[in-house]
Amino acid sequence: MRGLTFKRGIHPNYNKEATSSKIIETLMPKGEVVFPMSQHLGGSCTPIVKKGDRVLVGQKVGDSAAFVSAPIHSSVSGTVKAIEERRIFRGTKDLCVVIENDFTYEDAPYMSENAISSYTDLTKEQLIQIVKDAGLVGMGGAGFPTHVKLAVPPDKEINTIIINGAECEPYLTSDHRVMIEETDRVIEGMEILLRVFKKAEAVICVEDNKKDAYEMLTQGVKEKERLKTALVHTKYPQGSEKHLIYAVTGKEVPIGKLPIDIGCAVFNIDSVIAVWRAVTKGRPIMRRIVTVAGGGVDNPCNIKVRLGTSYRELLEYAKWDSARTVKIISGGPMMGTAISDIDVPVVKGTSAILCFTEKEMGRDQISNCIRCGKCVDVCPMQLVPNTLQASALNHKYEEFLSYDGMSCIECGCCSYICPAKRQLVQSIRTAKTAIRSRK
Amino acid sequence: MERILNVSSSPHVKADHTTTSIMRDVVIALMPALFAGVFFFGIRVLFVTLISVISCVLFEWIWQKSFKKTVTIVDLSAVVTGILLAFNLPSSIPFYMVIIGAFVAIILVKQIFGGIGQNFINPALAARAFLLAAYSTALTDFSLPVKWGSSVDAVSSATPLALIKQGNLEQLPSLMDAFIGNIPGSLGEVSALAILLGAAYLFYKKIIKWHIPLFYIATIFILTTLLNGFDINASFYGLFAGGIMLGAFFMATDYTTSPMTEKGQILFAIGAGVITSVIRLYGGYPEGVSYSILIMNLAVPLIDRYVKTKPFGGGKKA
Repeated sequence: MRGLTFKRGIHPNYNKEATSSKIIETLMPKGEVVFPMSQHLGGSCTPIVKKGDRVLVGQKVGDSAAFVSAPIHSSVSGTVKAIEERRIFRGTKDLCVVIENDFTYEDAPYMSENAISSYTDLTKEQLIQIVKDAGLVGMGGAGFPTHVKLAVPPDKEINTIIINGAECEPYLTSDHRVMIEETDRVIEGMEILLRVFKKAEAVICVEDNKKDAYEMLTQGVKEKERLKTALVHTKYPQGSEKHLIYAVTGKEVPIGKLPIDIGCAVFNIDSVIAVWRAVTKGRPIMRRIVTVAGGGVDNPCNIKVRLGTSYRELLEYAKWDSARTVKIISGGPMMGTAISDIDVPVVKGTSAILCFTEKEMGRDQISNCIRCGKCVDVCPMQLVPNTLQASALNHKYEEFLSYDGMSCIECGCCSYICPAKRQLVQSIRTAKTAIRSRK
Repeated sequence: MERILNVSSSPHVKADHTTTSIMRDVVIALMPALFAGVFFFGIRVLFVTLISVISCVLFEWIWQKSFKKTVTIVDLSAVVTGILLAFNLPSSIPFYMVIIGAFVAIILVKQIFGGIGQNFINPALAARAFLLAAYSTALTDFSLPVKWGSSVDAVSSATPLALIKQGNLEQLPSLMDAFIGNIPGSLGEVSALAILLGAAYLFYKKIIKWHIPLFYIATIFILTTLLNGFDINASFYGLFAGGIMLGAFFMATDYTTSPMTEKGQILFAIGAGVITSVIRLYGGYPEGVSYSILIMNLAVPLIDRYVKTKPFGGGKKA
């Protein structure tokens, strides 16, 4: 059976075999832990602890008054060592709270007090507050604060809750493992959401290269009301919010609108588990499952780590070979960020660390566009990438806008498919940034 | 000291194919037609093709060397142009004319406008049009297919399309002969069978899409059927007897000189189909494939400007 899907897109080599059957291992931090103050879209947090303070597991160390923002919690107990600018994975510097781990992992008492064993009477307002306090953001990488999605305006209603288990980025297997190993929690997390959104139906979408996870989830939701699974076709970018909605409902999110405008809300698998943990255990988001893979590591694995752990510790655990590795990517190979420094902390959006060898990286000469139209054929937003690139390179921003350049989702399909190896999405991204900064 | 890591903007993986690999596949796809040409017209076909390819590559190399540009002959695009140019010529053509054709294709049409991807008309077809204007006798001097082992020299004769134009229908070869290529004509376009084999390979390799060939062939078929009084047989005959097969699968589908979007490609193909039919039925020439494609090549920038894709989410509600 061929799964549901969207138009266009690409079929890269998925390279998931190395880690897709590896059980999630746990790695505890060895050294200091570092918490950057902006791990999400929206307002940055301000540190609310001082140097020398003792902090407990789960204690808030950063918060913001802005609605579109998410607080940051300590994932260890210990002493605040410094509050200073540190390098983060993007290569820029960000204000960070640095905590010296005392390795006792003493829990902040509020967490067990806040735990709700029965969520039958949970109201929407309560859930939004719990989710906001837990610092939940979309775990797919963009880091959109989850409570903002839950705060549905009064004139709108969620009809379909889509749980994104597509995991369409090559190499990534953390969601796949979570769906298999924590099936019950995923389902319970969805039931919590359904309890609050009484008219909604929830659909878990799994790509058809993860049949085992799909079958386990289908088995699990058999007797449940308003809860079902859907098999989606293995294609990149299937996990893109707009394209997943299209695959499931057949509706397009209009340009400039949000999923909620057509009655949909999309949550990542890991976010659903985080909702479950925040509601039933009172625990904020403090850990993250990271796939460490690529030709440059000898022990590719899925590891559960505390937020704030240094990338270096994960790489050492995965036995990376620094001689063989020529490029390290934070996130997936299609949309991830190449990092220049491995002494950066794991943040909420860190889905993977990939060590690429010379062969995987590839160095191609860029040549003239031959107008083959392959970029047009794969663009999931149905744009004309090579025309957009020409406008971008010539700084013809009016033309760029007239070709709907701003609706590019930067998935990278065009650059992937280009036989002339032109840097299409890169140029488009630059133009988008330039146009935004002009406004 | 750890080595310095490479940093670049995403995506970090790319598809395996390159411009060179695509051109290599096109060359492979042209081989059946070349073998058919050699089979029907003799070994001179191979010499004409080789001279055409070598002079195309050489002209490209000379141009790029003399203007201190990056030499891109390894991308094989000049090889493809060379083969296609030869395929459009009669096997009896004097060699120096082939070299002149290669000069027109590579220097005048391709390199002057900026090399690969920048030419606005198909180089091989433009060169053929130039040669047809300059040496019309040599370009229309088609030899009859030789039988292998026969000692008789090739005899000049009229192509099936010329016979149709003259109303001389009694001498027409059979439909089967026209399909396998046992007819007078340009050296690479006579065998519809061989071209279809090559086209199948291009489809299999996903080098070309069905839009242009299908709409081009369908337009010609429907138009000629309507205009010749529903003579289905004659319409089929027309498809196999001239340059339509080569034009549909290898010329009109040329990336650089066809529209980027599917809608644009369909428009382009229908336009070329209409022009081909009109030239064949009412024009002074027996064959209209190359002119129809050249004329539509000129319309491509216009088509690409006005036929836009509908962005995802930009339709129903926005």
